[in-house]
Amino acid sequence: MAGARVIPLHDPERDAARRSRHVEVVPEPAQQQSETPDWERRLADLLSFARRRIAGDYQIDEFGFDRDLTENVLMPPLKPLYEKWFRVETIGLSNIPTAGGALIVANHSGTLPLDALMTSYGIAAEHPAQRHMRMLGADLVFRTPLLGALARKSGQTLACNPDAERLLSSGELVGVWPEGFKGIGKPFKDRYKLQRFGRGGFVAAALKTGTPIIPCSIVGAEEIYPMIGDIKALARLFGFPYFPVTPFFPLLGPLGAIPLPSKWYIEFGEPIRTDVFGENAADDPMLVFNLTDQVRETIQQTLYRLLTQRRNVFLG
Amino acid sequence: MTPKVVLVTGVSRFLGGHLAARFAANPDIERVLGVDTEPPPRDLLRRMGRAEFVRADIRNPLISKVISTANVDTVVHASVTASPAGPTGRTVMKEMNVIGTMQLLAACQKSPKVQKLVVKSTSAVYGSSSRDPAVFTEDMGPKDLPSSGYAKDAVEVEGYVRGFGRRRPDVNVTTLRFTNFIGPRIDTVLTRYFALPVVPTVLGYDARVQLLHSEDALAVLERATLHDLPGVFNVGGDGVLLLSQAIRRAGRLNLPVPSAAVPTVGGFFRSARLVDFSPDQMRFLNWGRVVDTTLLRKEFGFTPRWTTQQAFDDYVSGRGLKPFIDPETIASAERGILDAAARFR
Repeated sequence: MAGARVIPLHDPERDAARRSRHVEVVPEPAQQQSETPDWERRLADLLSFARRRIAGDYQIDEFGFDRDLTENVLMPPLKPLYEKWFRVETIGLSNIPTAGGALIVANHSGTLPLDALMTSYGIAAEHPAQRHMRMLGADLVFRTPLLGALARKSGQTLACNPDAERLLSSGELVGVWPEGFKGIGKPFKDRYKLQRFGRGGFVAAALKTGTPIIPCSIVGAEEIYPMIGDIKALARLFGFPYFPVTPFFPLLGPLGAIPLPSKWYIEFGEPIRTDVFGENAADDPMLVFNLTDQVRETIQQTLYRLLTQRRNVFLG
Repeated sequence: MTPKVVLVTGVSRFLGGHLAARFAANPDIERVLGVDTEPPPRDLLRRMGRAEFVRADIRNPLISKVISTANVDTVVHASVTASPAGPTGRTVMKEMNVIGTMQLLAACQKSPKVQKLVVKSTSAVYGSSSRDPAVFTEDMGPKDLPSSGYAKDAVEVEGYVRGFGRRRPDVNVTTLRFTNFIGPRIDTVLTRYFALPVVPTVLGYDARVQLLHSEDALAVLERATLHDLPGVFNVGGDGVLLLSQAIRRAGRLNLPVPSAAVPTVGGFFRSARLVDFSPDQMRFLNWGRVVDTTLLRKEFGFTPRWTTQQAFDDYVSGRGLKPFIDPETIASAERGILDAAARFR
């Protein structure tokens, strides 16, 4: 029966052993950087990651967010897409607080939600606090096998008020795309025209928790898959909200799934405070509507401004 | 108010039996009555000490006589169960759960001496689907009412308990919605599931699982009985495990099964008498379920001693589950590769 025990959590001996092994595996960068080659440190990181995964030795939160997996496996592949393909430029990152709850509200476009991925990568990579944005996703995402599990592991949760309020009040940075499928699946001719902002549920959540709303405007995502048609019959068949036709898809098959390399700008606006409206502000529908409109107008105006500054879709 | 005469249902099972044993060891309680349709296993019976076992079917009006003649003042209803007795036991299980509760509540209503009712319910009443919020609080309900199985039983049981509470407002009613139990000693569908050498899961889904150590469950039931804490409370350990993570921690191999093949595989495991999953438990394996335990801490005044992870690890080490790959082998392989790499420097 030797070695049958799997990871007792509070066994001081093992903890000590793990700590010493940890030191052994990840060398102190200050002292050993000169002698340990870079590849070797990366190998050590990789091996310790693999060991943690095999043993199930990692923490997930109540929403299913697996930080270890997100940072080591899910985020890195987005780097070339962010830096080389879309050459994303973020503006106003300092408007995102370094700690505490905040709600980022952005425009949605591009047929596939790459805008959400790029925004969350941008904040994780470039914000000084390297915060993880927790996004609120559609029911369809979580219903889909593989995708749903992956979304939860990368920190997403269902767009509903209990989840949004729970995340905000526990001090998380929450991202929401209130246009939903109406925004992401709109035809190319309607690009940069904001659709209806749901029913303002996100504003109610921010009001209830007293967290600031940060309007976020994304330019560039509209051009990655210019949607010129929508095959309704196929969409119904597969249960999708739309079945996109772009100049290259489905004409070129899988090749058509390569996004066009447009140049992106993501601008985070001034936070809109919600803690100044008093106790039962979330129950005042007029206030909720007005705030929703204010956020929507801010994003729309910023979009127009960014568009007038942009000279070329692909070169910026 | 410390109860004088306590009646516990379902004493031939783990929770009921050990709870009766705890009450029997408490000198403040004058009399402990344990009720079940079959006698408890011998070791459990020995633990129960001075507790008296009454072989009775709670579906039978006889239970009313037991309650009134023994002057029972506190009833702990711990017999609502998720584990059917054998492949054909589902109907019997439903009868025991629902009709049994109805009879028991009718008997309690008749007896003016009954002052307190503690009901062991389950967080399965919240259902499990992709449209649910990530964390359930006590005031939420299921998105779709469970159509069959244990979850439906529990929803109906809670309905009757609420009705009883309305008709007897003088009785303190505590409803405890437990997450899945785990521990070295308790036997549930989940403990049998994780003990399988190859653990089948549904391809493309990874449930969030919240567990409660069986000792914590006993402590909560005991506290609810000894103190006046009316209300509905979620009971679960802190933290969450993903199903895949739990399987890894147990050192098992995970076998993802495409959803189309799930009924076949499920049928195989049922007929092989390994694990018997009902449809609502299958949904639980897809989506999982996490409950908010703020009320338990703040109002009920109980903090579970084991987190979900600790409880699970205690189960793994207590059962002596042998990991498929020894963690020491992995650690030494890691060291070996790094040493080899250092030589190439």
